[in-house]
Amino acid sequence: MKIAIASGKGGTGKTTISCALALAMPGEVTLLDCDVEEPNAHFFIQPVIERMEKTCSLVPEVDADKCTGCGECGRVCQFSAIISLGKKAMVFNELCHSCGACARICPTGAVSETAKKNGMLTIGRKGRIRFVSGRLDVGQAMSPPVIRETLKYAAKDGLTIVDCPPGTSCPYVTAVKGCDAALLVTEPTPFGLHDLKLAVATIRELDIPFGVAVNRTNGEKNLISEYCETEGIPLLLQIPEDRRVAEAYSRGQVLNKVMPELHDALVSIPENLQQLIEGRPLQEGPVVLI
Amino acid sequence: MKELVIISGKGGTGKTSITASLAILAGTPTLADCDVDAADLHLVLEPTVQTSETFTSGRAAEIRSADCTQCGLCERICRFDAITDFTVDPIRCEGCGACVEFCPVGAIDFPEQHCGVWSVSITRCGGAMVHARMFPGAENSGKLVSLVRQKARKIAETEHSEFLLVDGPPGIGCPVIASITGADAVLVVSEPTLSGEHDLRRVLELAAHFKIPAMVCVNKWDVNPVMTQRIEDLAKEFGATPVGRIPYDGAVTAAQVQARAFVEESNGGAAQAVRKMWGEICTTNF
Repeated sequence: MKIAIASGKGGTGKTTISCALALAMPGEVTLLDCDVEEPNAHFFIQPVIERMEKTCSLVPEVDADKCTGCGECGRVCQFSAIISLGKKAMVFNELCHSCGACARICPTGAVSETAKKNGMLTIGRKGRIRFVSGRLDVGQAMSPPVIRETLKYAAKDGLTIVDCPPGTSCPYVTAVKGCDAALLVTEPTPFGLHDLKLAVATIRELDIPFGVAVNRTNGEKNLISEYCETEGIPLLLQIPEDRRVAEAYSRGQVLNKVMPELHDALVSIPENLQQLIEGRPLQEGPVVLI
Repeated sequence: MKELVIISGKGGTGKTSITASLAILAGTPTLADCDVDAADLHLVLEPTVQTSETFTSGRAAEIRSADCTQCGLCERICRFDAITDFTVDPIRCEGCGACVEFCPVGAIDFPEQHCGVWSVSITRCGGAMVHARMFPGAENSGKLVSLVRQKARKIAETEHSEFLLVDGPPGIGCPVIASITGADAVLVVSEPTLSGEHDLRRVLELAAHFKIPAMVCVNKWDVNPVMTQRIEDLAKEFGATPVGRIPYDGAVTAAQVQARAFVEESNGGAAQAVRKMWGEICTTNF
């Protein structure tokens, strides 16, 4: 099973929960850091790095001798990544989506595709945790290609946890859509609720079963728990507001150490999501802690 | 008119709360909310919408089953695994049009996509604000960001606003690049954590790459004073100006719950620090 740990709003605790979940599981688990613009999970897992791999995307290359300046490549490109002014076609790599249409359409075979580096994967292990982190090169605009490369390391069998980028557009969708279930992380503030609603709308479009985790809560009824109750969304984890958590996070310490009492709730998340996937009702209802 | 873009690299460091407070301190600036994925500034500044328009950008393929001969070419050439069983998954479709172009019987339509809505509003502080909302799962947020900024700049110029304040998105990718290119300066809201330090480095590299002057403030600095010092040192290493330290202060969330900017509601630590910071920002004469 692949579980996406996602949120509309940034900084709600996706990485904290992804790492805590990976560390809490008793068996073999794969953790993929797909927040490739700002990957941070390595601080908390501290994996032994086995190797680094470049990620590349295909971009067009024009053979000036063969180019007749017919303009077909520019006509077919939807992203203005290749244009033909006068004789020779010009390429703007940063706009290219690697669809290959320009190379396919070129009547003289002047356009070919070449791999250009856009990021890096760090591959390693920490005990039972297989760890892969994607990292977009600074200055590159498009993160989805690096996210897709990272996702290729999902375990064939067994549990994969995907630490997703924030937001609700292409990067978030790219990371979440290959997953079997999602845990949406939020906080009990107006911003948290507003952005949770956006993340929920998107994940319902994708038709992926999901539950919610609330971070920095005092355990009482709040605007998130009320929303989840109204919408029939299971609340699968609550993390109390506690300055110790913030201070531990600032030093790269994991949640499991600061709040060992969360262990059982963490371990039950994949089970609960599996039940949602199978369409079975959760037996014990929402997990409420503290 | 001076355009200041508030960004963070890492999400959730307090960009929007700080932008809202700066909006109060800056008189009646023109505002743009460029975090179009998760726009929250309107929750604090309660804009009254003047005009709204649909944002149309890009296209998506649709196979007409009546005309499809099921040759399978589209499925083979699609680089985004968007076509299975002669049907296009609109979420996976990149809008590249390769299948449309090469379908031997022309059975694939390519309609324009409605990706979101953008609005021009007047906030309760009296200034104009341009903001937008992406539809769930829609693409082209970078283009929507460019549109929001372009409209806001135009208004700021017409209204002779002294400042244009832009609430930016997290990360370093396409919407961030669209938010900062050509701006007068960026203010990076950082936090004193290992992740904050790591993400600050990347966002400062990005600002340097596009030659935008950068200022840095540390939110919740007292959570880790040692790390705060490291962050300010890192800022200086990149030629960025440290402009303020904002303490952890419960008044920030309390103000958000009341739909207020925290400088309006409190004169506590965070409010005092942001007032002082705005003074610093103005003296840099960015």
